[in-house]
Amino acid sequence: MNTTVMKDRSQERQKRMLADYFRRLAISREQGWKNVYTFVPGNLTELILSFDLLPVLPEINALQSGMRKKSGAFIQEAEKGGHSEDVCAYVKSDLGMLRGGNIGPTGEKLPSPDLLLLSYTGCFTFMKWFEILREETGAPTLMLHVPFQGEGRVTREMRDYVIRQLKTEVIPALEKLSGKAYDEARLAEMLARSRAMEDDLVYVLESAKRRPSPIDGYFAAVYYIGPIFSAFRGTEEAGHYYRELREEVDARIASGLGPMTPDGPMPPERYRLVVEGPPAWTHFNELWRMFHAEGAVIVASTYTKVGGVYDDGFRHDPNDPLGTLADYCLGCYTNRSMQDRVKMIARYVQDYQADGFMINSVKSCNSFSAGQLLILREAERLTGKPGGFFESDLVDPRYFSAANIKNRVESYLQMLQQRRAGGVSA
Amino acid sequence: MAPLIERCEALLNDLTFENVRRWKAEHPGRKAVGWLPVWAPRELIVAAGMLPVGIMGANDRLEIVKGDAYYQSYICHLPRSVLELGLNGSLDVLDGMLFPSTCDVIRNLSGMWRILFPQKYVRYVDVPQNPDMALGGRFFADDLRAIARELGELSGTPVTDAALREAIRVCNDNRRAVHDLYALRVAKPWNVSSADLYLVVRAGAQIPVEEHTALIREYIRLAEEQPAKSMDMARVSVRGCFCEQPPIDLIRTIERSGCWIMDDDWLLAWRWFREELPLAGDPFETMAQAFVSSSPACPTMYLAQGAKGAALKSELKSTGSEGVLFMAPSFCDPALLDQPMIQAAIDKAGIPWSALLYAENTGQFQVIREQAGTFADAIKLS
Repeated sequence: MNTTVMKDRSQERQKRMLADYFRRLAISREQGWKNVYTFVPGNLTELILSFDLLPVLPEINALQSGMRKKSGAFIQEAEKGGHSEDVCAYVKSDLGMLRGGNIGPTGEKLPSPDLLLLSYTGCFTFMKWFEILREETGAPTLMLHVPFQGEGRVTREMRDYVIRQLKTEVIPALEKLSGKAYDEARLAEMLARSRAMEDDLVYVLESAKRRPSPIDGYFAAVYYIGPIFSAFRGTEEAGHYYRELREEVDARIASGLGPMTPDGPMPPERYRLVVEGPPAWTHFNELWRMFHAEGAVIVASTYTKVGGVYDDGFRHDPNDPLGTLADYCLGCYTNRSMQDRVKMIARYVQDYQADGFMINSVKSCNSFSAGQLLILREAERLTGKPGGFFESDLVDPRYFSAANIKNRVESYLQMLQQRRAGGVSA
Repeated sequence: MAPLIERCEALLNDLTFENVRRWKAEHPGRKAVGWLPVWAPRELIVAAGMLPVGIMGANDRLEIVKGDAYYQSYICHLPRSVLELGLNGSLDVLDGMLFPSTCDVIRNLSGMWRILFPQKYVRYVDVPQNPDMALGGRFFADDLRAIARELGELSGTPVTDAALREAIRVCNDNRRAVHDLYALRVAKPWNVSSADLYLVVRAGAQIPVEEHTALIREYIRLAEEQPAKSMDMARVSVRGCFCEQPPIDLIRTIERSGCWIMDDDWLLAWRWFREELPLAGDPFETMAQAFVSSSPACPTMYLAQGAKGAALKSELKSTGSEGVLFMAPSFCDPALLDQPMIQAAIDKAGIPWSALLYAENTGQFQVIREQAGTFADAIKLS
């Protein structure tokens, strides 16, 4: 097996962006730059950046630690300190990293938090995570409660509630931390850039409707969503990244090429799948290989909407800065009802002409995982396509059973093949 | 005393909700609405003329077959048994369900319920985590009004301000009775066994609020008449079982191991507010105000800076507890994520604690008895 990981241009660019970002964090104390820790779903990156504050995203740190095989030791460190085996491994990875000196994924020290902006969006654990960090570091927390779309819609009251919190608590806290006044024109300028890069991202993701798909809409797409869901949305740097990415995908389309994988160009497309659930970051390339080696391309995924759903038409609106931030927070994938999640999977299966869908159920994340077995059944019922299911974890390597998962994936793909051979619509 | 407790235990073990069926038969045309832990606005259900039914799981009395088919091994037990009760028809008697924002599992169960039982009224109750009345309180008051409208449509009895004030009064009486029962246990733990207390409070899951209040008052009267028994017991508080409930035999085991449970956090909904809610003013605003300003320091709630562990330390002092027994259900995110922070806080105060895990269907108690007994001995010898 070829173990040399091959990267395309966009990945290389993102790698540089991330390295620069972590470098900025490393020198932030000596430069006098302040930071705001916050979460990916429903993040307020443009607002934070408009105050010249540095966003820090502990989920990103944890997943980066997972990809770099560091999370296992961090998790064990947290468990030695009394944290349960039963709870979210992101939290424990982050806590273990903090207790080990807060040395980030790139080996450089991360600054301790100046403010913990608890954007409570679609995940109960977020609340406990920042309470834990507050107890560990003494940094203040600021709650931004984003109501869940339990009824499958955003009401005027929900939106107003978020906007009022932004106006009366979040912005004053950011003004106090940064020593700068809220500059709505600057925020609007960033939101306009966000809007453009959101167009580019949707174009890239929807390119997978083509046959063959020029991209992998899950494994490769988690790189594509990196800048827009984290510390870069609204920046010129990210705008450049997305324009380049779009051109790159256009070139692949023009050449009739399939996705690039860590092992090189993907074999001819044999299966088109939709995936629900986050990746297993500790074994990311190994998991991807289980699919691409069989000619299975992921044409769409729900995880790539975890930080915001754009393919149903939402774009940040520079003409309504706080309203659009509220809409964004309220609309991200994990803040949506179970029925909406089922419908999204079913829509993807249909729109992307998928042969079926698979669910990666991660132990750490009840927000995603609780109810996925019903999602499996319902999506099968709505689409008439077969679903597959396997279990792993976000960043706890103890829960990645390669043989079991490979067996599940191969069996599922064989089943698709047999259905084709038997004339059964797969 | 014995017949009262037997009745309560029968209600605990009534997994087909016969009492609710009887109530509906005796009140033709009236409906029943279930609600899950930790807290739900019972007052709104009462104000709409319906019976609030606490769905607290199925103890260790129900074999879970269908419920397990919907959950991976790493999900707690409560939603399995609730689904089992739904899928085996036991909850057909309910006309609707309220799912509070206790955690992601309960939240997602609300969506599962909509899919599995499309003919039933299902409502997710997103309680405010921003404690500012002008922010979280206003949002919550608006949502309570919306829920009240929906419940009124379900029952055919619109929720008027007057009806809601009366329901608040009825629930105030009920909470006062529960608080009095808890106060009696603190004053005379030898007269109020925690297993009895649990059963008496839990009975409120299946009977009308006024009837429950009368039952508690009757128990208090009987308990006060009991002769005093001097026993060498450790006084402990129990924390962690605010959602998935401990089996009644687990509570008995803790007591038999040499502990008087002076305080606990099970069945919190029946005593969520310490003070009575005022009857004057807009009743929705009243409920919202009470929620944002007077909710207990439950791990399902966001706590302001510096508050972590403070409430527990205060409660330990006021109840005379000498230590804390952390009893969390397996895979309970709110309890298990919160626990290390609380432990650190009481460690600093030099308060002893021990921790164990359970599930609502735990059936083996010997190890727990030894652990709790050792903890009790350590307290008594210190």
